[in-house]
Amino acid sequence: MSNNLVIGIGALVVGGVVGYFAGAGNEKIVEVEKVVEVEKQQTATLDAVKSKGFVQCGVSQGLPGFSNSDDSGKWTGIDVDVCRAVAAAVFGDSSKVKFTPLSAKQRFTALASGEIDVLSRNTTWTMTRDTQLGLNFAGVNYYDGQGMMVPKSLGAKSAMELDGANICTNTGTTTELNITDFFRSNGMKFNLVAFEKADEVVAAYDSGRCDVYTTDRSGLAAQRTKLTNPDDHMVLPEIISKEPLGPVVRQGDDQWFNIVRWSLRAMINAEEMGITSANAKSKVNDNNPAIKRLLGSEGNFGAELGLSNDWALNILSQVGNYGESYEAHVGPNTPLKLDRGVNELWSKGGILYAAPIR
Amino acid sequence: MSFSAFFYDKRLRSVLFQALLVLSIAFGFFWLIENTVSNLSDQGKSVGFSFLSQTAGFQISSTLGTWLMKYEVGRSTYLDVYFIGIINTFVVAVLGILAAAFLGFAIGIMRLSHNLVIRGFATVYVEMLRNIPLLLQLFFWYFAVLRSLPSRREQTELFSGIAGINITGLYLPAPIAQSGFMIVILVFIMAIIGAVMLSKWATKRQYKTGRTFPAFWAGLGLIVGTPLVAFLALGSPLDWSFPEFKYTGPLLRRGFQSGTGMVIVPELIAVWLALSLYTAAFIAEIVRAGILAVAKGQTEASYSLGLRPGITLRLIVIPQALRVIIPPLTSQFLNLTKNSSLAVAIAYPELVSIFAGTALNQVGKEIEMIAMMMTVYLTFSLLTAAFMNWFNARVKLVER
Repeated sequence: MSNNLVIGIGALVVGGVVGYFAGAGNEKIVEVEKVVEVEKQQTATLDAVKSKGFVQCGVSQGLPGFSNSDDSGKWTGIDVDVCRAVAAAVFGDSSKVKFTPLSAKQRFTALASGEIDVLSRNTTWTMTRDTQLGLNFAGVNYYDGQGMMVPKSLGAKSAMELDGANICTNTGTTTELNITDFFRSNGMKFNLVAFEKADEVVAAYDSGRCDVYTTDRSGLAAQRTKLTNPDDHMVLPEIISKEPLGPVVRQGDDQWFNIVRWSLRAMINAEEMGITSANAKSKVNDNNPAIKRLLGSEGNFGAELGLSNDWALNILSQVGNYGESYEAHVGPNTPLKLDRGVNELWSKGGILYAAPIR
Repeated sequence: MSFSAFFYDKRLRSVLFQALLVLSIAFGFFWLIENTVSNLSDQGKSVGFSFLSQTAGFQISSTLGTWLMKYEVGRSTYLDVYFIGIINTFVVAVLGILAAAFLGFAIGIMRLSHNLVIRGFATVYVEMLRNIPLLLQLFFWYFAVLRSLPSRREQTELFSGIAGINITGLYLPAPIAQSGFMIVILVFIMAIIGAVMLSKWATKRQYKTGRTFPAFWAGLGLIVGTPLVAFLALGSPLDWSFPEFKYTGPLLRRGFQSGTGMVIVPELIAVWLALSLYTAAFIAEIVRAGILAVAKGQTEASYSLGLRPGITLRLIVIPQALRVIIPPLTSQFLNLTKNSSLAVAIAYPELVSIFAGTALNQVGKEIEMIAMMMTVYLTFSLLTAAFMNWFNARVKLVER
């Protein structure tokens, strides 16, 4: 009996020691592999994309106007157009892109693990995400902010009149914090009803459980289309948070970072210069040197990115400029009916301002 | 001892393999914990519970939990949020268990009725309710409740205006205890103890002398009467805050005024309805099985001794059926408690919703917070199981 015990314990100890060292050795090997993998990723996104023949782009699971797929599986939206622009810049063909629908939770992991090359999924640019998650935001393609929607019958013209309101929203986002801060700082009382999913928020708001529905303004516009009578509701003018949305890439691959960043900037600069998908090809020999530089008939800008010189021409002739993309997917003539607002060019009173190509 | 002899020793070999098994399990756990901690530190995350004393910056819908914990944004901490979640989960679980048990027993007995209509109704109830997913039923009741209630600026008055209901909830008068009310509660507890002792004495006397004593009515009188006398003698030490409703004024200020009366939110009503109706269907089947398990001869013997049907059911059939009913009933109660976490879908602020949802998203301490939450459900379940085991030990067949 006691012999058994001694042998058992002996085996445990020996096994433990062996196991520990085996484990420690493995760890080192794993670490080395990790470093190699990271180095590979850091230099090779463009090469990897070229060799596989398409850009893998992470998008939402369906947010009308931003990234949404139709019955035939065709993706549309302003976030989708960023992906298409990158594909056009790299391959000269905006259709060489594949989409991965991702939930809010999955998106950063998918990007960090190399499953996707670009994340273009209405993602808010914050300091934590920029510094702690190993990501880089390549720019802003939509300046959003948290807003409030109310039934017109309520007669409220401003959020300041909402003292004592019942407010519906989603759990697990910063919207709860923002709305609480707003009401507290203005000394107003309110009652928060927080649901897990957006569909239930819409249904509860539609049935009159709440006076107010709060989330990002673009989200309000998209969800309003699901209400029984969308025209009976209005979005209040107050914006209570800053939510700059934009495409994201992995940190550490500056070449790929530049390609995504300048693909977006080319679209914004083109709108400023009046270049559209219709006239892009005829503008190649324009007298304006800035247009010539953008469209590749002067200078060597495409090659500096590691692309061909007609990279921007391909983006503009196949995808169009920023304004065209906006009007087609979220503008006043779409179900979302979003005015340009701050997303107008700086020269027209907005804050869209792309660095020059020179 | 040669090497091969070492392995052919049966006793030694069995010890070796068992040791290897224990070792691999232990190493598996070690690897899991080690990996978790190192991965967390790679992400710059620490492990610890210091976040519980941070203040929580978000509003919570007013419920029993927020009232008991006196929740206030900017002052209350994440620990308060945790307790609010526990209280709200507890409320749903207790209300649900009581309602499901009563309804389940009623439907179960109805399924055995000789009346075709009653039996048919009970059968349809059971087959429908237990074959539709609970989450769907939850949505159904929530939106059915919401759509059937008057809007926020209107109300349906109940009990000639001292209570009211609309889409924001059921408003009842809230009791406010004055000094001296504790004495009434004390008297009430003593009256319950007295009633229990009275009933024991009556049973004993009946066994001894055969004389019956109306212990039920006497006990009821004791429980209701004595506190009432004490209450009146102390000069009614209880105030009521009645819900106030405004029909006029600015549109946003109309409706029930916050801070008056006591509100039961529609989310709680919907969760309670869905959980108790769903679980009652399962309990009904358990009750039916329990009653059918009592041999018919027992009833016939009881009748031949001259006992009436009601007494036969109460004294002969039910006690024997309970032996069969209690163990599966326990697991239904446990299911109900755990299913209450589905309330997160319809905005009832229970543990999963506010602690694992909102608070977790602010603090990001996944492992600690999920562990804390699992502890709560485990404790609830173990307590329920302990109580039911105690009850089972009382009603089970005494073997001689």
